Amino acid sequence: MSTAPLLQVNDLKKHFPIHGGFFGGVTAKVYAVDGISFDIAKGETLSLVGESGCGKSTVGKALLRLFPLTDGQVILGGERIDDMPAATLRPIRRRMQVVFQDPFSSLNPRMRVRDILAEPIRNFGLAKNSADLEARLVALMDKVRLPKDAINRWPHEFSGGQRQRIGIARALAGEPDLIICDEAVSALDVSVKAQIVNLLQDLQKELGLAMLFISHDLAIVEHMTHRVAVMYLGKIVEVAPRRSLFGAPKHPYTEALLSAVPQPTPGIQRQRVILKGDVPSPINPPKGCRFHTRCPYAFDRCRVEEPPLRPIHDAMGEGHVAACHLHDLPDAENPLAGAKGAALLAVG
Amino acid sequence: MALLEVDALQTHFRTPDGINRAVDGVSFHVNAGETLAIVGESGCGKSVTAMSILRLIPEPPGKIAGAIRFNGKNLLEASDKEMRAIRGNEISMIFQEPMTSLNPVLTVGRQIGETLRLHQGLSAQAAEDRAVEMLNLVGIPEAKRRVKEYPHQLSGGMRQRVMIAIALACNPKLLIADEPTTALDVTIQAQILDLMRDLKHRVGAAIVLITHDLGVVAEVAERVVVMYAGKKVEEAPVHALFNSPRHPYTQGLLGSVPKLGSSLTGEATRLAEIPGLVPSLKQKIPGCVFASRCPHATDLCTAVAPALEEKAPGHVAACHYALREGALAA
Repeated sequence: MSTAPLLQVNDLKKHFPIHGGFFGGVTAKVYAVDGISFDIAKGETLSLVGESGCGKSTVGKALLRLFPLTDGQVILGGERIDDMPAATLRPIRRRMQVVFQDPFSSLNPRMRVRDILAEPIRNFGLAKNSADLEARLVALMDKVRLPKDAINRWPHEFSGGQRQRIGIARALAGEPDLIICDEAVSALDVSVKAQIVNLLQDLQKELGLAMLFISHDLAIVEHMTHRVAVMYLGKIVEVAPRRSLFGAPKHPYTEALLSAVPQPTPGIQRQRVILKGDVPSPINPPKGCRFHTRCPYAFDRCRVEEPPLRPIHDAMGEGHVAACHLHDLPDAENPLAGAKGAALLAVG
Repeated sequence: MALLEVDALQTHFRTPDGINRAVDGVSFHVNAGETLAIVGESGCGKSVTAMSILRLIPEPPGKIAGAIRFNGKNLLEASDKEMRAIRGNEISMIFQEPMTSLNPVLTVGRQIGETLRLHQGLSAQAAEDRAVEMLNLVGIPEAKRRVKEYPHQLSGGMRQRVMIAIALACNPKLLIADEPTTALDVTIQAQILDLMRDLKHRVGAAIVLITHDLGVVAEVAERVVVMYAGKKVEEAPVHALFNSPRHPYTQGLLGSVPKLGSSLTGEATRLAEIPGLVPSLKQKIPGCVFASRCPHATDLCTAVAPALEEKAPGHVAACHYALREGALAA
């Protein structure tokens, strides 16, 4: 992979104020994203996984500058875009496009497919003339495997899977370097999901796109990603290449997530870690390690000292980082030493 | 005799543009204490089947035909009063959305107690005591305090536990769970599935589990019915279904879900697709309902609807070309 990453995120924070009280002042804050850093190389897929409320969608929206950031830096292709004025940012938005979760609410019902796809091309002035525009539209329909004559139809005439193809075509219209897929296949039925996953994989290979794949579906993530970042309560707790993460999880939360996913193989024996309780509120996150309230291995240090993300030795490969105090213990006392993934997932 | 026998169930809806055949001749049975899963994609009629069993379908526009025999009694012939005595008492239901299926203005204890007071004639105090017991049973901590709380004070997982407590309050013989974990996060889903397994052993109710998640099916079910476009296309014990699916739809469905751990075993890099879309239920399909998407379809399939045939002991499939036991290639 090339040396400079396409996208670099440093200590990104997004806090939402909660207004209340007599004068409607800020009484509390939701720490939706609380200091996360990662990067994505050109042509790479990074997946952001976690449960609802962990802040993964907020990260996607913050990168797109759909709202102002509380703190941190976002660097796209060497340029800082987090503090850029809106007018300067506008042409750069072309390079980062998004595919949303719900294919029903993310397409304007009063626009024909033609206009939906032509809008980004016009906005960014990509077409030289009307013949070029037409050629681009036809090419887009072809890329997402929709029939050409469907271009004059309305969104309501399509099924969920086809609408998601339109959403993908719209994202591709601006010829982006990076696509953010925010739960882009979660709302689809099993058989349609497979079609869209295959399409995204084909397009990535064909166009050399980088992808930030935000999802809670670990099986799909494993199937299509290069690297995975696991989020819990506004923080990244672990980042690793795919094989390392699924083969040798180094954070207790990742371990629990992997063991919780039901496997479509009846009667398998697997190691189970069932977490107790619910995710704490991001308004008042626990002190120390944010996971200590549910962690089966928590000890005294976890309750007071927040563990930093740091490289962890992993026999399965380089580039594994995790935020957990357990890795300061000798291997014999560390429940996450070694490669436990195969036992958790009952494979191999 | 099976606890529940559904025989040629047809649930049709009258709509402005024709009759929607949501469920079109589905038969299955559930034995006492057994877990049966009904799987299929959205629109295959699995939820309508569940609602039909409890007669929760408004008639009109709905119309239910066939027979639903519970303990030998045909529920379709039962009076409204008889149905009320069965719902929540002998057969109860867990819905998908724990947010919308609880009453927001009544305390949790009152909602659990309601079924008890209605069906078992308990006093308000006795019902509340029993509600506390139920909350303990489903693993809600501080049950005494929680029983006085309202649904909005509980998290999604807790609400689903409350739903289960309501459903189990009268010791039903049959529990219908319609996508009980779909709205929940994976770690909470694991808690709820664990709870359902545990309670099944303790309470001994039969469960009809309706889901689209093949992982959940593999974990909880003993027998599986696969539905497609309002019809049952395959039924088999869970191991047989996952190990040797006979119907091309089931095969396609199983091929299109990635297995966790695929990067470790280096298995298939591309998912199997089922091309095309589910057909409209408003047109009568003369042949096999899956023919338009089936890779093996022939003229026979588009002309003649295949009957359900026993391909192996306890394993039925509706396909002209599905292999019988013994003839299974590789």
